[in-house]
Amino acid sequence: MSSSDAYYIPHKATWPVMATAGLVTTLAGFANHLNGSASGATMMYIGLAIFIAMLAGWFTLQATESESGMYSKQVGISYRMGMMWFIFSEIMFFAVFFGTLWYTRNLSVPWLGGEGTGAATKEMLWPAFDATWPTNGPANVGGEFEPMSAWGLPFLNTLILLTSGVTCTWAHHGLLAKNRDQLIKGLIATVGLGFLFVAFQAIEYHEAYTEMGLTLGSGIYGSTFFMLTGFHGFHVCIGAIILSVVLFRSSKGHFKPENHFAFEAAAWYWHFVDVVWLGLFIFVYLM
Amino acid sequence: MSAVIAEHDDHHDDHAHHDHGPEKGLLRWIITTNHKDIGTLYLLFALAMFFVGGGMAMIIRAELFEPGMQFVQPQFFNSMTTMHALVMVFGAVMPAFVGLANWMIPMMIGAPDMALPRMNNMSFWVLVAGVLLLASTLFMEGGAPAGGWTLYPPLVLQTGKALPFAIFSVHLLGISSIMGAINIIATIFNMRAPGMTLMKMPLFVWTWLITAFLLIAVMPVFAGAVTMLLTDKFFGTSFFDAAGGGDPVLYQHIFWFFGHPEVYIMILPTFGVASTIIPVFARKPLFGYSSMVYATASIAFLSFIVWAHHMFTVGMPMAGELYFMYATMLIAIPTGVKVFNWTATMWKGAMTFETPMLFSIAFVVLFTLGGFTGLMMSIAPSDFQYHDTYFIVAHFHYTLVPASVFILMAAGYYWLPKWTGHMYNEKIGQLHFWLSVVSVNILFFPQHFLGLAGMPRRIPDYAVQFADWNMISSIGGFIFGASQLLFLYIVIDTVRGGTGEKVSDEVWEDAHKHGLEWTLPSPPPYHTFTTPPTVIPTEHF
Repeated sequence: MSSSDAYYIPHKATWPVMATAGLVTTLAGFANHLNGSASGATMMYIGLAIFIAMLAGWFTLQATESESGMYSKQVGISYRMGMMWFIFSEIMFFAVFFGTLWYTRNLSVPWLGGEGTGAATKEMLWPAFDATWPTNGPANVGGEFEPMSAWGLPFLNTLILLTSGVTCTWAHHGLLAKNRDQLIKGLIATVGLGFLFVAFQAIEYHEAYTEMGLTLGSGIYGSTFFMLTGFHGFHVCIGAIILSVVLFRSSKGHFKPENHFAFEAAAWYWHFVDVVWLGLFIFVYLM
Repeated sequence: MSAVIAEHDDHHDDHAHHDHGPEKGLLRWIITTNHKDIGTLYLLFALAMFFVGGGMAMIIRAELFEPGMQFVQPQFFNSMTTMHALVMVFGAVMPAFVGLANWMIPMMIGAPDMALPRMNNMSFWVLVAGVLLLASTLFMEGGAPAGGWTLYPPLVLQTGKALPFAIFSVHLLGISSIMGAINIIATIFNMRAPGMTLMKMPLFVWTWLITAFLLIAVMPVFAGAVTMLLTDKFFGTSFFDAAGGGDPVLYQHIFWFFGHPEVYIMILPTFGVASTIIPVFARKPLFGYSSMVYATASIAFLSFIVWAHHMFTVGMPMAGELYFMYATMLIAIPTGVKVFNWTATMWKGAMTFETPMLFSIAFVVLFTLGGFTGLMMSIAPSDFQYHDTYFIVAHFHYTLVPASVFILMAAGYYWLPKWTGHMYNEKIGQLHFWLSVVSVNILFFPQHFLGLAGMPRRIPDYAVQFADWNMISSIGGFIFGASQLLFLYIVIDTVRGGTGEKVSDEVWEDAHKHGLEWTLPSPPPYHTFTTPPTVIPTEHF
């Protein structure tokens, strides 16, 4: 593989099969759990353990191969394309839930309130329904609740995530300038801010459930609120874990100014999570 | 289409890679990263699922052979229609095309393998896991999902223990498809041999590039939709429940935002293979290469903005009905360009009619028929009559069976000699073709009449007025099903030596003018291009 125009092809991949085993065990366990099987949860945790072990193994292998210079420039381009298209698929996943929010707020809830051709339906079924957002529907599903305000923890979290985007870029500049100290400090700040965000969101959820009556079951408002912010929070966790690994590798002396795909991928992912949050802050909290 | 290889390494003498032959035994197939191995796995898995899904279709046709309840319970019948669709779409047609992509794209563009070989392995095994999870629902309390492959709420939420398994199966199939699609895009953008510019790529590569984009764009959408089904059922959300402010019609919008591009995911690679085979047997360059590329891209773009033509009767505002009607009609334009080009390619060609060409010609004719019924259904007021009848069933089976499946058969006959180094039995191949093409029309054409007369889809029993055409349709179905065993025989026979005739590198007369794969030995070496081949641009061929 020494010549630059020879292609690199890995052989004998064992991690992908283990990944599949972990995934299917986790999901089958979860499904059993949802069906009320007592052993479902155990099966799910075993699957998760397999999956996490696989992640550790596969990424260690990739890092080792990368540091030993096995990846040509062309392989690096393939990896970058892979990450970009993966993020595109994630954008489409979030688009579903943003689309759901848009559709219910602007179309289906007004129709329930008698707009368009829905006047008769409203009179016959739910004459008393006040179709204004936020709503938990004509049946008052989940009981009375108080909607989440934008100007408390959510605004603070916006500042936190935006700042973490800056520290991430600052770390990247450090990496490019061969300033290892700046790279590590920048990453520590980014990871710290990321987990701080998650902690604040946990507090926010706790308040919603205990003091505001706002739950996942609070009709369409609760459904869209927790689905959107929940999946986003999950992605922040994943992003922060990825950045932690990058931080660990940076402290081990990995990455060169001309070759640091893992850092770039993590940074792209982080900025993607950041942008999704801006969308959430505007469409879920502010409007 | 447009490039010939001037020289490539004699791979048998390539010492650098001698130690990278295939692993011995069964393990080879489990841990392989080789695009040919993985392509073979995909194709064999798809063939197996074709017979599983086909078996379900036989149960459906047997039950519908006569009016009245004959063999199965209504619930099980509904499970069969649902599972037949899911298995055929996600287990047979899509994986078969991914298998072709794995085998052919690297050879067609002069690459050594796919861009991300480890992920390639994972996408195959996740597919197997997803289909197994789906198949396991057949044996669960409450039966397999029976609410139709579209999984519409609130009906699908009445599924028994199978529901979460079916939902997670969709997630796994989505993960598999997205990984496969990312791999194909990275391969096409990053692994082409020098000189293989985008507009010189074979059309099969082009159609897969666009299909891969569609997959990445819509599989997450389906995943999101079924995730909301899961939370509605188990976690108390109200996405599809009007009492909580949600809307069941919302699911239909999201599903078809996925579903319409999904049907093009199954037909665009079909177009690609047809555009590859027809020029070879017409002994002419493909007519209108660049217009084919633009037509494919146009169809892909339009596929995102026409979804609600599946829901004309759901009670949309008039503006929506009209918009989706006109937008849908637009699809006929790029599709017409394609049919015109295939016909023009054959025009005054020195045609011969080997099995791959026979299947391809039947595809052009019968797909056009399915396209015309699609055009009928795009007219919203007419669709009020057709909606949820056997007319719809006839329409989409014409676009899937004598189109996608026929082209998959054509691809099998066309490339089997290249893959195995053996020639298939042409006589049995042609017998398979004639039996298939006649029986497929006996099977599906009467369903147009049944639908127009008002027979609904997804019912195990029907009014006696529908009896005659149902019996004829079922007879066609049984002949079609049985004929496919000939294909199974041919595949096994060819792998084991076929006619015994030694096939040349180009297999088909002058095929080397049409694609890089025909310049390679038959069968090609385990690793094809260890160094980039030199591609000399020529006039379009």
